This record gives sequence, structure tokens and C-alpha cells, in this order.
Amino acid sequence: MADKRIDEPTGVETVGHEWDGIEELNTPLPRWWLWTFYATIVFAVGYVVVYPAIPGRHAATAGTAGWTSRGALAKDLKAADAARAQTRAAIAATPVEKLADNPQLLRAAIEGGAAAFKQNCVQCHGSGAAGSKGYPNLNDDDWLWGGDIATIHQTLEHGIRYPGDEQTRSSQMPAFGRDGILTPAQVQDVVSHVRVISGQEKASASSTRGAQVFADNCSVCHGANGEGNRTVGAPRLNDKIWLYGGDRATLTETVTYARQGVMPAWGQRLDPVTVKMLAAYVHSRGGGEALPAAPAAAAPAPVPATR
Amino acid sequence: MPADPRLKLVASTPAPQGGGGQPPAPHEPALYARREPVCPSKIDGRFRRFKWAIMAFCLAVYWGTPWLRWDRGPWAPHQAVLIDLAHRRFYMFGIEIWPHEFYFVAGLLIMAGVGLFLVTSAVGRAWCGYACPQTVWTDLFQHVDRLIDGDRNAQLALDRAPWGARKTAKRLAKWAVFLGISFATGGAWIFYFADAPTLQREFWTGAAPGVAYACVAVLTFTTFWLGGFMREQVCVYMCPWPRIQSAMLDEKSLIVTYKDWRGEPRGSLKQAKRLPGAIGDCIDCKQCVAVCPTGIDIREGAQIGCITCGLCIDACDRVMGQVGRDRGLIDYCTLDDAEVERKGGAPKPLIKAIFRPRTLVYLGMWSAIGAALLFMLGERTRLDLSVARDRNPEFVQLSNGAVRDGFTIKLRNMEDRPRETVLSLEGLPDGAIYTDEMDASAAKPALRFTVPADTTQRLRVYAVVPGHAARPQPFAFHLAAAARPGEKPAEDRVKTEFSAPAAP
Repeated sequence: MADKRIDEPTGVETVGHEWDGIEELNTPLPRWWLWTFYATIVFAVGYVVVYPAIPGRHAATAGTAGWTSRGALAKDLKAADAARAQTRAAIAATPVEKLADNPQLLRAAIEGGAAAFKQNCVQCHGSGAAGSKGYPNLNDDDWLWGGDIATIHQTLEHGIRYPGDEQTRSSQMPAFGRDGILTPAQVQDVVSHVRVISGQEKASASSTRGAQVFADNCSVCHGANGEGNRTVGAPRLNDKIWLYGGDRATLTETVTYARQGVMPAWGQRLDPVTVKMLAAYVHSRGGGEALPAAPAAAAPAPVPATR
Repeated sequence: MPADPRLKLVASTPAPQGGGGQPPAPHEPALYARREPVCPSKIDGRFRRFKWAIMAFCLAVYWGTPWLRWDRGPWAPHQAVLIDLAHRRFYMFGIEIWPHEFYFVAGLLIMAGVGLFLVTSAVGRAWCGYACPQTVWTDLFQHVDRLIDGDRNAQLALDRAPWGARKTAKRLAKWAVFLGISFATGGAWIFYFADAPTLQREFWTGAAPGVAYACVAVLTFTTFWLGGFMREQVCVYMCPWPRIQSAMLDEKSLIVTYKDWRGEPRGSLKQAKRLPGAIGDCIDCKQCVAVCPTGIDIREGAQIGCITCGLCIDACDRVMGQVGRDRGLIDYCTLDDAEVERKGGAPKPLIKAIFRPRTLVYLGMWSAIGAALLFMLGERTRLDLSVARDRNPEFVQLSNGAVRDGFTIKLRNMEDRPRETVLSLEGLPDGAIYTDEMDASAAKPALRFTVPADTTQRLRVYAVVPGHAARPQPFAFHLAAAARPGEKPAEDRVKTEFSAPAAP
């Protein structure tokens, strides 16, 4: 063994090992490389001491720096809150109907509202705020209680028919069929009338009879022509939008048993700034009312993120 | 073989040869090699002067560029070259690159890659020898070595000398200069990323962002360490480029060649006088080794440590001049030409080694990419429209039977002036648009927006189509900006779809 020699083609010394004619050239590592290797070991030891590292049965070692991923997240969240504090304070100090005077603040409120909406509202109103049967679509121009930003804010803060909030929006449609106010035939007649005024059916003998029933029982809330009444949250009936459905069966069910939709009073659950931001977001979804004719759009404020 | 007490360690393994005596002492290879000090001596000559010029140019570009100003009007920064990461803009003299135009930077990187191929195929490892930052800064630091410790022999003597007051003082002085250069190097880097005069002021008053200080600290340390101490070790052990070079060099590449057919056998002038005709031109003065910044002996042939800087050519030429022989015993030469010369052929001019098909193909590719980038740069619009259609809900039924779609629209004004723009609908009969900042009743087929200079304007736009016309159909948003007199009007168009309930 161990026969060192100079390798002819490379001019390099061999280490003297030989396996079936294969020899190894002696190419020593640079000494500093070794020190680098030792440095990584020292670093690793330090890391194990300072950071959580060695797994145990229930938890890893804590490390002297007290770092935890949960703590890091809490710190990030706190920093994010701090970054938003100024904007939130400005929103808190601005009455909700005055938000539009400051386009940049309104934009911030809408973005904040979009985030809060995804946490609190999508369960009923859907992620695109398009609603579903019994839960209003917030994108359209049909509002039960009113579509200007202050009214939306009021609805959000106190809810609808929400027990425990004295200012909650409240109204009660009688269960005309179940409580015997109208006979089943009268219910069908008034349904025919509603379908006529909403443009879904042609006038018939039934609808003519229903018109009288409507005038006697319904128009006090829904208006003589079914135009609705926002002070009592009575839906407009002569349009294309139905909260529960405009077909005969659903309308019959509605008139017979009545509808009593409930929304929580978000003022009890969320802070005032978040409620304001939610109002701004819902108002911005395209159906918002009482906006200027061509305001900020002529020179919208720059988006802060992209300068 | 000498008996070595260390061999006791291996003596416990059965010795293959019997005999009962001392096992044969195997050669104990050293696992780790100490770095041999490289103390190149001073040299002057054509390649040294060329290297000076390149070094001065590179350092001037590196340190000077951030301080060049460029007037871009009131809306954009006035630094000629600025990588504005905070605002996602890249300024280079008259060119402004937005993040979505990053392919220009990708194109430049591809050009740099092909450029390295081109340079390698034309002039071998010229990058390594002259322009690589590791080479430039190592060169600079080696000048500092000579300035403080003296020339090669003084440096070697000082290196061997025991630590005393004189050596400590010299070392501290040298390291202080190293640190000064390193700080200037690390410090200059940050000025590419923010307004240089402002950042300079902030830096000294402690008001600069923490990342600036961290960046300077890291780059100061790496310059100090890599330029002051690691030097040729970076080229020999760390850098991948010499390995790539090994694959890219061919027999037509320019490399520094010791013309052994002319130089061997080596011998002193006396020997040459005594044995005329039997001794080659190399007088074995080892000047080529003494001046080498990576400490190799070029007479052993091409090797990974050779960065082809040509300083050994200068050294050899000087000696050949002194002893009255022809210059060029060591010279830039291709392997092919070396074969020709070895057989007695005439040396080929260097220009022929540079211009050959492979080089020209690389040059063609490189120029084509460059031309394409320039063409794209000239053709790009500075007004841009992007449209994202709402998918949830796809459309909204309105109370009067009309159908409304929602869009998130971005108007990008990439010019350094505010622009009056008109956003309009194309191919959507009876359609009208409004934004979330205006009332639905004010919807119009076209809306005006003023987009501030160098800004992206994000809009919520609603398009409404009355019930009788509402059906799924393609249409387009069109954005136009008024132009200055004599300018071609800027416009952009994005095709999209109008969603509506399918016709019954």
C-alpha cells in the first residue's frame, strides 16, 4: 500500500491509496475552509442556545432570546395596528357622511371595510356581497332601509330586528294567511296583483281582485303602487329585485307566513371605526345613493401604495 | 522511508507485508493546505498600464455613477442612475423602468451573460484578469501592501518576522487603510438605491434607515475580508466562473502562454554562454512568478489560478529586453497558434484570434438582443390600461331591469407629467360607466380622469347596460390621453367581456 508518487499528467502527488488501479490525488483543502467549517459549528451551537431548537416531548427548548413564532406574529400585528392608527383616528374623527370629502380617507375606509366584510359579513351576504335568498344583495340599487352612507351606517350599527338594541330597525309584516287575515284565495289574488305590478304577469281577474286586497291591507306599508317604504323597511314590490323570490310559490309563502329577517347590531360587536369602514365599503359597492354627480372622479386622489 | 512517530496511529491495522518488523511507513498526506502568502512585486509595462486604466475606469464608474444628476422635471427623482426599490422604479438616465417592464432588466442580464461568452471566446479570461471586482479590489489592496510594507521581498520578510512593535504597527496601519477602502466601497453601494446627497447627509447624522447601515456594514466586511485577505483564494476555491471558463475555453481561446519550445531548457546567461545553442531563452529569473497576483508559475501551463492579467508578460518582456532577447517568451496565444509556432510557423496576429466564427456568432446574438431591447424601448407606450372584471358577483341585476358589471381598472401614467385621460366604452351599445366615487345616475359612456405624473390610478368602475340590451357580449375599454401639439396621441385598449344573465 501507501505508495506515494507524482501523477504524470497532472504533476500532483497522490495520497498513496489505490483501488484496482484507481488512485487519489492529494488535493488538500485550504486551511481557511476548515476554519469556516468550525465557524458554522460555533454558530450552530449559539443558535441552539439562543433560539428554540431541540424538540422535547411537549415543546422544544425555549432559547435564551425568548423568540416564538407566535410572539413574532403578535409583534407584526402590533406594528400593523400602529401603522394604521393614524388613519383609524382620522376615520373615527370624521362623521360617516363626511368621509367622501376626503377621497384618500374614504379610499382607506373602503379598503378597511372590505377586509372587515370578509371577516364578519360574508357568512350571510356572500364574499362578493351578492347575498342570497333572504340576505340582501348589497351591490344593487334596491335598499330596504335606505342606501345613503349614513343610513347604511345606522343599519349596520343597530342591526335589524335585533333583540337587545333599542334603536334597531324594526317592523313586522303580518302573517296574512296563517293568522287568518286573508283567505287563501285572497292571498292568491294579492300575489297575482304583485306579479302584475312587478311586470311578471298580465292583468287578470285575480289580479284585479288582488288590487283591492292590496289597497286595503298592503299599501299602508308597501305604498299604493308597491313602491315600498324605507322608514319601515317595506320592500319595493314593483321592481325586478326579490329578496326571497318573485315566483308565485315564494310570494304565496311570504304573504301567508310573512318574513322577519334579522341582522345583528354590529355596533355591539365591532369598534365604531370598523362599522364606519363597513358602511363605506357597502356604500361603494355600486348601489350607494346620494353620491356627487361627478366629483372626485374628475381628479381622484392618487393611490397611496403606488404614489 | 523515514520512521515517523505519528505512524503509531496506523500501526494497529494489520500490516499487509508480514515480517514482524516495523510496518512500512505510508506517506501521510496533509489534509489541509496553508495559504502561501502572495506578495506580487511592482511591475510596469503595457498590460500593467492597461490594467491601471481599466481599474481607474471601473472604480470611477462605481464611485461616480450615483452622483450624476439627470433632470426629470418636478415629478421624478433627479439621480441619473437610481434603483428606487421603495417606489418600484428603475431610472437609468433617460430611461425609466416600471416593475411590469422588468423584462428590460432581464434582457440586460441575458446580454451580460452572452457578453461574457463573447468576451471569453474573443479574449479568454479577460473579465477575470481586468474587470472582475475581486480582481480590481485585490489589485487595489496589493498596491496598499506595497505602499505600506514595501515591495515583494520586504513583504515576505515582514510576513515571516515575529510579531513585534514594528510589525504590529505596520499591520494595523495597513488594515486601517484596508478598512477605509472597504468602507468607501460598502458605503458607495447604498447610493444606488436612494437619492445620494440626501442619503449621505442622513447617513452621517444617523437618520438613514437601518438597512442602509446594515448594508454598508456587510459590504465593508466582505470587501475587507475578500479583498484584504482572501484574494486569489476566491478565484481558486470559491468562484464558479473559473470552472465555467474551463468549459468555455477552447484551442482557439487567448490564454497566457509560456512558449516552452522557445524557453526550455532554462538556464542562466552564464550557462547560455558556456553551452551556446543548448539553453533556451528562459533565464529562470522567476520574475513572472514574482509579479503574479495569484502566485502561480505560468511556466507550468494554463491553470485555474491564471486570471490572464498579463502582468507576467510585462515582467518577462522587461527581462528579455534587459538581456537582449526578443519579447514575447510569455505572451497571449491560443493553443492552436502555439502548436503552429512550436513547429516553427510564424506567429499569427492577435486580431485573427479575436475575430473568428464563434466570436462573431456571439457578437451577432448579443447585438440582436441589444437591438431588440432598444426597439422595444422606443416602441413602448407610457400610458397603460389594465382591466380586471369582477367575478363575484359576475353581474348585478338592478331594480329597473338593467344589468351592471363591476371592474377594477388601473390607469398607468408612466410619464413625468400629469395627463388628462378619457376612459370610454367600445362596442357596448347603450352602455354607461360610473365609479364608486360618483352617483349611478351620472353614468356616461365616457369619463374624464386626470392621472397625476408617474402614477397608477386605481378605479372601481361600474358598467351599466339597460335591460333590453343586456346580454353577454364582448366589448373593450379604451383609454386616450391628449397629446402635446405634434405628438402622436397616446392610447390603450383592453378587450373584456360583459356578463349578463343568459337570454331566456
